[in-house]
Amino acid sequence: MDLSIFLIQVLNSVQYGLLLFLVASGLTLIFGIMGVINLAHGSFYMLGAYAAFTLSSLTGSLFWAIALGVVLAVAFGYVLEWAFFSFLYRRDHLQQVLLTYGLILVFEELRSLAVGDDVHGVAAPPALAASIPLGTTMTYPVYNLFISAACLVVGALLFVLLRRTRLGMMIRAGASNREMVRSLGIDINVLFRVVFALGVALAAFAGMLNAPASSVYPGMGNQVLIICFVVVVIGGIGSVPGALVAALLIGFVDTFGKVFLPDYSGILVYLLMAIILLWRPEGLFRESAI
Amino acid sequence: MSTARRILPWLSLLMLILLPALAGKFYIELVAKIMIMAVFAMSLDLLVGVTGLVSLGHAAFFGLASYVLVLAAPDQYTAVSLWTSLPLAVAASALLALVIGALALRTRGVYFIMVTLAFSQMVYFVFHDTKLGGGSDGTYLYAKPTAMLGGWSLLDFNNSTQFYYAMLGLLTLIFAFLRLLLASRFGHALRGIRSNEQRMRALGFNTYAYKLAAFTIAGAIAGAAGYFAAVQFGFVNPEMLSWHQSANVLLMVILGGAGNLFGAVVGAFTFVLLQDLFSSLTKHWLLLMGGFVILAVMLLPGGLTRVSDSWQAWRARMQGG
Repeated sequence: MDLSIFLIQVLNSVQYGLLLFLVASGLTLIFGIMGVINLAHGSFYMLGAYAAFTLSSLTGSLFWAIALGVVLAVAFGYVLEWAFFSFLYRRDHLQQVLLTYGLILVFEELRSLAVGDDVHGVAAPPALAASIPLGTTMTYPVYNLFISAACLVVGALLFVLLRRTRLGMMIRAGASNREMVRSLGIDINVLFRVVFALGVALAAFAGMLNAPASSVYPGMGNQVLIICFVVVVIGGIGSVPGALVAALLIGFVDTFGKVFLPDYSGILVYLLMAIILLWRPEGLFRESAI
Repeated sequence: MSTARRILPWLSLLMLILLPALAGKFYIELVAKIMIMAVFAMSLDLLVGVTGLVSLGHAAFFGLASYVLVLAAPDQYTAVSLWTSLPLAVAASALLALVIGALALRTRGVYFIMVTLAFSQMVYFVFHDTKLGGGSDGTYLYAKPTAMLGGWSLLDFNNSTQFYYAMLGLLTLIFAFLRLLLASRFGHALRGIRSNEQRMRALGFNTYAYKLAAFTIAGAIAGAAGYFAAVQFGFVNPEMLSWHQSANVLLMVILGGAGNLFGAVVGAFTFVLLQDLFSSLTKHWLLLMGGFVILAVMLLPGGLTRVSDSWQAWRARMQGG
């Protein structure tokens, strides 16, 4: 494998890994703090991608679409927690699985009613539509670099939020001991709502950001959801650093698997999970919460 | 209450025996399909309702067996013998369940849900990405298996009525087998694990081995259901082991009421008939299904076979203020 191809695969791995991280971090936070297993989390990624498609054709600019989309996603998450998820906290995991599965069906059909079942492309912004030449024959799209950069910025902001702010302190406390936070007089309902809205916004942002690179299509959320479960299992439930490491690991295994073992690339990620389960059944980062 | 619960399964059996005399071919084939799904749902109930293991990857065992039927034949047009292909398919599913169970049972709770889902997805990709069973399109199966006994055909699977009675026999057999299993020491140990695993361990039970045995048995029975589903449909494709299939069978178990086997049968009937009804109403029937699932799980957490319990609990809560 020559160097420029290798470099392109590394960039692809990082890009895929970081996108997975954005989706999985919301999933792991929602589970860590509220104890809810949310199958509909992939739907937020799908809704984000479709929002990018619809809003960018309305506003004429992907940047405006993403800015508007994030605001909508936060509002949507906030309302959805109040209207639906707040009823799930006292249910067992089995019922949470079924209720959020029902929600997936509803979201998919509403999407089908609103925009149909066709595959749509989303244009990258003109400023980022160029490609960088690599070596003599290869090129790499600027927009894909932008995806990685944007994910890094958002990921860094997330770490600052969790580590350096008062809200982050409450979230971390909530993940390690929910009852204690409640008894310290913090309004747990508002905290839950904020964390949920944050998780929805992260997943929708990832979907919007990746829309020009992946195009938008029905069922795109489910694929992401199941890989994110693998990320969460490998990283350790409730651990955001664990999600980062696991997501990058999966990014590399999946991307290089497609190059070296194209017939078996779909399986490799799960084999990785099996090996890690044999070694550490509770994930890599079980000890350190968030 | 218990007389009604004792009589209902017998009454249902009687109705199922009489159905082919009263209904047309369409309903005979529909109910045969439902009975296959009921066997599938009962196998999952052994895990979810009895042992307390929420598996979201049960379709892997169902689907693998149907692919084994296809792979056992030299080509699509050659009929294989039931006596060799069915044991082979069931054994393959049991073996897969043993391997996946050995890994997945190292985890518990919500990890277990995610890990079973992930492993079933891996099996899905094996058949989806490789040429093994026709890739993402699947394969047609033009010849149904033969059941010869001493040079004489015991059963003709091309005949809807004969297939129907064969499936009724399978359903009854598996129901009786699981009932006996639950009444045995093994079954009591599984229920003990569900209510308090730590105590069972303290009593000296190797709970991991018990859970793995239950997981393997459930996988084998799901395999039998998957085998006959492929026989009836005449084709296999990766959708048979997709995670939607796993979620649907879990819904059947919960819809009917987990833990008492009969609930799984009721759930399978309700789910498939609703699917038929909704899809005849509108192209966007999954919207109705999703809404129904949400309402049913919210309002009837104990399932249809425990409606009276749910009602009494609700009344007690109202009166208690």
